[in-house]
Amino acid sequence: MTVLDAARSLKTEAKEPMTEARKKEARWGLFFLSPWMIGFLLFYLLPMIASFVFSLLRYTPAVPEDTVFIGLANWERALFVDREVLLSFTRTLHFAAISLPISLFFALFLAILLNSKNVIGKALFRTLFYMPSMIPLVATVLIWNGVLNEQTGWINIIIEQLTGIQATGTQGLRWLADPNLVYYAYTMFGLWGVGNAMIIFLAGLQGVPTELYEAAEIDGASWLTRLFRITIPMITSVIFYQLVLGVIGSLQYFLAPFVLNAGTGFPQGMTRFYMVYFYKQSFSFFNMGYGATLAWLMFIVSLILTIVLFGTAKYWVYYAAEERK
Amino acid sequence: MSNQDKKIRKPLSRKVRNGITAALVTGLSLAILILFLIPLFYGIVTALKTDAQFSQIGAPWWPATEAQFEFEGDTYPVYLVPMEDGSIRDMALVVPGRQESQFVDIENPEEGLITWQGSWRALDRDWEFDPQWGNFREAWDTINFPRLLWNTIKYAGITTFGAVFSSALVAYGFARFRFPKKNVLFMLMLSTVILPGAVTLIPTYFVYLQLGWVGTWLPLMIPAFFGWGTNVFLIRQFIMSIPLDLDEAAMMDGASPIRIFISIILPQAVPALTAVSLFHFFWAWNDYFNPLIYLVGHPEKFPITIGLTAFNNLYSGQTNLIQAASLISAVIPVIIFFFAQRIFMQGVVITGVEK
Repeated sequence: MTVLDAARSLKTEAKEPMTEARKKEARWGLFFLSPWMIGFLLFYLLPMIASFVFSLLRYTPAVPEDTVFIGLANWERALFVDREVLLSFTRTLHFAAISLPISLFFALFLAILLNSKNVIGKALFRTLFYMPSMIPLVATVLIWNGVLNEQTGWINIIIEQLTGIQATGTQGLRWLADPNLVYYAYTMFGLWGVGNAMIIFLAGLQGVPTELYEAAEIDGASWLTRLFRITIPMITSVIFYQLVLGVIGSLQYFLAPFVLNAGTGFPQGMTRFYMVYFYKQSFSFFNMGYGATLAWLMFIVSLILTIVLFGTAKYWVYYAAEERK
Repeated sequence: MSNQDKKIRKPLSRKVRNGITAALVTGLSLAILILFLIPLFYGIVTALKTDAQFSQIGAPWWPATEAQFEFEGDTYPVYLVPMEDGSIRDMALVVPGRQESQFVDIENPEEGLITWQGSWRALDRDWEFDPQWGNFREAWDTINFPRLLWNTIKYAGITTFGAVFSSALVAYGFARFRFPKKNVLFMLMLSTVILPGAVTLIPTYFVYLQLGWVGTWLPLMIPAFFGWGTNVFLIRQFIMSIPLDLDEAAMMDGASPIRIFISIILPQAVPALTAVSLFHFFWAWNDYFNPLIYLVGHPEKFPITIGLTAFNNLYSGQTNLIQAASLISAVIPVIIFFFAQRIFMQGVVITGVEK
């Protein structure tokens, strides 16, 4: 939405001849922008171009004299030879397809719940639901790693106590060792970071004009109708923003598999996500030419995904600002 | 009469109905909250257990040790012994035997030895609440927490200063000046926020390697001094809401833009600057990937995140110490959050919802 807005205002940029005063103003403006412009050049633009050049080389920092120009060989390897590239990317998408809907739904659910006038002590609830977001991610992963332990973790013990199904032990729910469960376990780690999305959804909910609800109530609309016909359509722009950030973020998912298994992909390679594979190639095997290729591929993929998401936006995202014009 | 009844009952019943709804919805929220925070309770409880409690069968879920009793100069294990009258007494096993054993009642040891028929092996041990606060001390020392903390504060503090100051300059430029291609530049700046960091990583790593900076803090700190996408965005939004009158009055008096920035904009933008500082501070506090790459092999420079991971790899068997170390690392951010939560949440809203 921020980017969309900027794009929209591009068209309205005024074209008028510059006076002396305007030139001076522009010079001052660029002066204040200069830290960012230098930084953009040094830390974004030039490295991106250089990264592409690196992708055409065979380069290992340990033996720099071995550096050779190998043309598109790295690209060929990444796209057609190295099956792990596609596999790790598929795993990343698979994980995102599980974790993103669950975490977005949970954030929205909490926001709707805590926006209800029926909850006593809303402020305290918000604080407590937000609080785990402040715990360093590494600590979050380690705490969950303990509570999901198949033998001594409380989750399995509680499930066993409540349902009587054997959940502990090697025959039970091996959250972090069973390839079918590990993505759900990682999704649970992510739920502790629900705070930001919850607060943003809450602000979105509070921005929905109350007249709409009053009108609907007069028409006798039920709570569910109001939720699906008013609330959710009115906050699609917020959902969209969270979705874009979530997709981009999950492509770069790295921390949990690295903290728990040092990137070995345990169990059965399921957690060797794209970013983990990129790290392995670049900083464990020091195949930096190939690493640069993988990085560029990720850039291209996230660019395509972003464009696709923005393309779908006009079919389902509602911007209140457009109505006002 | 009946008419009057209705009049009284109707508002009352609505009140009751509302009360029930409120109780139900609040109860639901509370139930979800408890489920949500179970791992935290688990972490605290586990951090207080002894090593031995994990492997003992029949150990309670709370931090406890097996009770011992001192009798005539020796210590004996305490069991829960069912007596003939149906009561269960805490008794110390003094002379174990296959068919019958001799116990002493820990509440009245002067009674002397009591003979009990049955197999003592079938008895349950008596556990007493015994939190091991020393685990926190041990984790603190083993992980060398003061050094990790100092490294993290240094990293987070310096980058926060750099990122906020430079972002404020850039934000002022975007908020108050007209210049060609401003929107293109602004969009470019926002797009850096969603650019995957990996795509610029290898060439920058290469340059830092040539400069001999790999293994130092410099690669982590220097980029922060050149503006930071989300920070610029948030501060710009705030500056745009500051009325122009003061700027214009100062300009009439011949103040330069630098002067205006320092004496008018910065003091008024304090709320935004505080929010951005807090965000950036905790972003750096949490940063994992960059220190992992640039500080590998230099444990004396590790921040908390990397130190905690290294600790987990070395002591993976000692769940209690790992939980204690994780909790220690969470204390400072959580405390600051409780004091500054309003600033936090407003900042989140500005970056997330406003355009």
